[in-house]
Amino acid sequence: MKKRSWMTLGVALTFLATVWLAGCSSKEGGNGNGASGEPASGTASALESIKSRGKLVVGVKYDTKLFGLKDPASGNVEGFDVDIAKALAKELLGDETKIELKEVTSKTRIPMLNNNDIDIIVATMTITEERKKEVDFSDVYFKAGQSLLVKKGSPIKSIDDIKKGTKVLAVKGSTSVDNIKAKAPDATILEFDNYQDAFSALKAGQGDTLTTDNAILYGMAVQDPNFEVVGEPFTDEPYGIAIKKGATDLLNSVNAGLKKLHDSGEYDKIYEKWIGKAPSGE
Amino acid sequence: MDIAGAFSYHNLIFIIKGFGITLWVAFIAIVLSFVLGSITGTLRYMRIPVVSRILGVIVEFIRNLPLLLILFFTYFAMPDVGLKLGVMSSAIVGLAVFEAAMISEIVRSGLSSIPKGQVEAARSSGLTYTQTVWHIVLPQGLRRMVPPIVSQFISLLKDTSLAIVISLPELMHNSKIVIAQNFNYTLPILALVAVLYFAINYALSLAARRLENKWG
Amino acid sequence: MPDIAIFTDNLEIYMKGFGNTVWASVIALLGSFALGTIIAVFRISSVKPLRWIGTAYVEFVRNIPLLLVVFVFYYGLPSVGVTLSGFICGTVGLTVYTASFVAEAIRAGIMSIPAGQTEAARASGLTYMQTMRHVVLPQAIKIVIPPLSNQFINLVKNSSVLGVFAGFDLMYYGDQVASKTYATFDTYLFVAALYLVLTIPLSLAALQLERRLAKNG
Repeated sequence: MKKRSWMTLGVALTFLATVWLAGCSSKEGGNGNGASGEPASGTASALESIKSRGKLVVGVKYDTKLFGLKDPASGNVEGFDVDIAKALAKELLGDETKIELKEVTSKTRIPMLNNNDIDIIVATMTITEERKKEVDFSDVYFKAGQSLLVKKGSPIKSIDDIKKGTKVLAVKGSTSVDNIKAKAPDATILEFDNYQDAFSALKAGQGDTLTTDNAILYGMAVQDPNFEVVGEPFTDEPYGIAIKKGATDLLNSVNAGLKKLHDSGEYDKIYEKWIGKAPSGE
Repeated sequence: MDIAGAFSYHNLIFIIKGFGITLWVAFIAIVLSFVLGSITGTLRYMRIPVVSRILGVIVEFIRNLPLLLILFFTYFAMPDVGLKLGVMSSAIVGLAVFEAAMISEIVRSGLSSIPKGQVEAARSSGLTYTQTVWHIVLPQGLRRMVPPIVSQFISLLKDTSLAIVISLPELMHNSKIVIAQNFNYTLPILALVAVLYFAINYALSLAARRLENKWG
Repeated sequence: MPDIAIFTDNLEIYMKGFGNTVWASVIALLGSFALGTIIAVFRISSVKPLRWIGTAYVEFVRNIPLLLVVFVFYYGLPSVGVTLSGFICGTVGLTVYTASFVAEAIRAGIMSIPAGQTEAARASGLTYMQTMRHVVLPQAIKIVIPPLSNQFINLVKNSSVLGVFAGFDLMYYGDQVASKTYATFDTYLFVAALYLVLTIPLSLAALQLERRLAKNG
């Protein structure tokens, strides 16, 4: 009996190793295609495959008020990012309804893009050097800065009030985690899958403050007026639209599309609709 | 607590929609996992050289991983091997594969519990091995497996909630969105969700008990 | 080749998560065994209200998802003024949830001991508690071990829900490594390997125990 069990264990481990190797080699294969620009998988011809499909598949947030929020009443996803994505679909395909929205979180968006689940990410995504190694970014389409959200009356008034043991809530895979670790190394950081969970945790008193980009925090404060954004933004968070590496034609048309939106005044309309008058200094 | 606000028309519709997705995903996954689990379980029982051993290892491997991790793999790793699935399909595949491994084990041990003497008697009366398994072992074994298989189906129904990590708009996911609107909705909504899960699963377990009594 | 560097570079993070997963599992294992035994005794008690409580507990908790149980502890309790960390909520939730299965397994084990034995023990002057302790439970344990060991393997796997509630377990730290390295697939393969390190030996031990008991029985 004993011998057999050990044999099973051995076979199991061999199996694990095989899966491992298979997974890795196939992934390397995928990357290879990307670099050499194989036509069918749609890296170099990403734009053409979108056009022949007649639909732009966009990853947006579903849980972020003002940027991408699913409304339980209507079932629609609405926000600044969503409107930008629709306007881009109009520029690329001539019709803003030729779009499919998919829910992404900070944690899932890059894997989804690299798996060809989505064509572009328009999801409050900060352009960083680290991420540029993984994806390509469009020009900046929104300027945010990281800030803090607290319950009204909280002793935390700015980043300087975060001390050892302060519980800071954040979202997995977001730049805010790295930033807060750098600015307040003594804080205890609790990470959640998405903003909704993090905000629910703040409301439930599971943390003292929630940190992310001010634009998102303002949306939360609108949702629940018991909370307020405190302190000056302590980082610059320029948002970009992420596109799979090597899809140069798609990147160029997205940038051209963004420029057109700015020139036509469409961008300002969307900005005013969700964010208000363009704030000075941002 | 804000019970009236929590149970507004829109919120209720939204939650019922989520419940619909939960039931649909569970139903498909139950059918798939039952078929897959019965086949692999029977093959393992039959001790076909190599095949049974390999299946056994795969089943053990899957059974011993958290479902949460399997869902993550079906969602993010399948495209690497050329299978791109949407959120709902990955949830169904992940659930079906995981629960099939559990059912496979139930089937294998259920069949093994049929006394060897019966198999020998059937063989000596001229049936082939496959015929023996098909006509003698399976019908008896299946009856014994009904209770554990139904509890596995109940587990599957509950486990659909884990697809929240890949943003499947099922019952837990939708109730979370409603709760996010207003903190005072938390307890009423969670109570409603508990009642919904309980109602369907309790009904399933009652049905299983009735079946058990009828056959037992 | 898999990038082993993902594992070695983040060894400390992986090990922190692994340690907490082990901790949460051990605590929940002991807790659910204790709680499950109490509830099982309630379920077969001759006192009606106790029996009712035991049955209600098992039927209700068994039929709702673990995620929901932890959700109630993490997001629900604060609305009545009790705030506990993700690790505690996860571990307590796991305990409460698993206890319902443990209770059911133990009850089935106790029920399988012929009533004649209990009657004989009572007739020879033992109290109800003494009969349970010295006559029924020691025998029931043997019958109960196989289903219990399965529940405990499930418990280890289920501890992964802590990751959803910032519970600092293996799943949680796996997410951290994935978002740092962007190597999603490789990162989670190492997570899978670490779970298997816990569950496969447990499964094998359970299998052996089951076989040994079957032989003796």
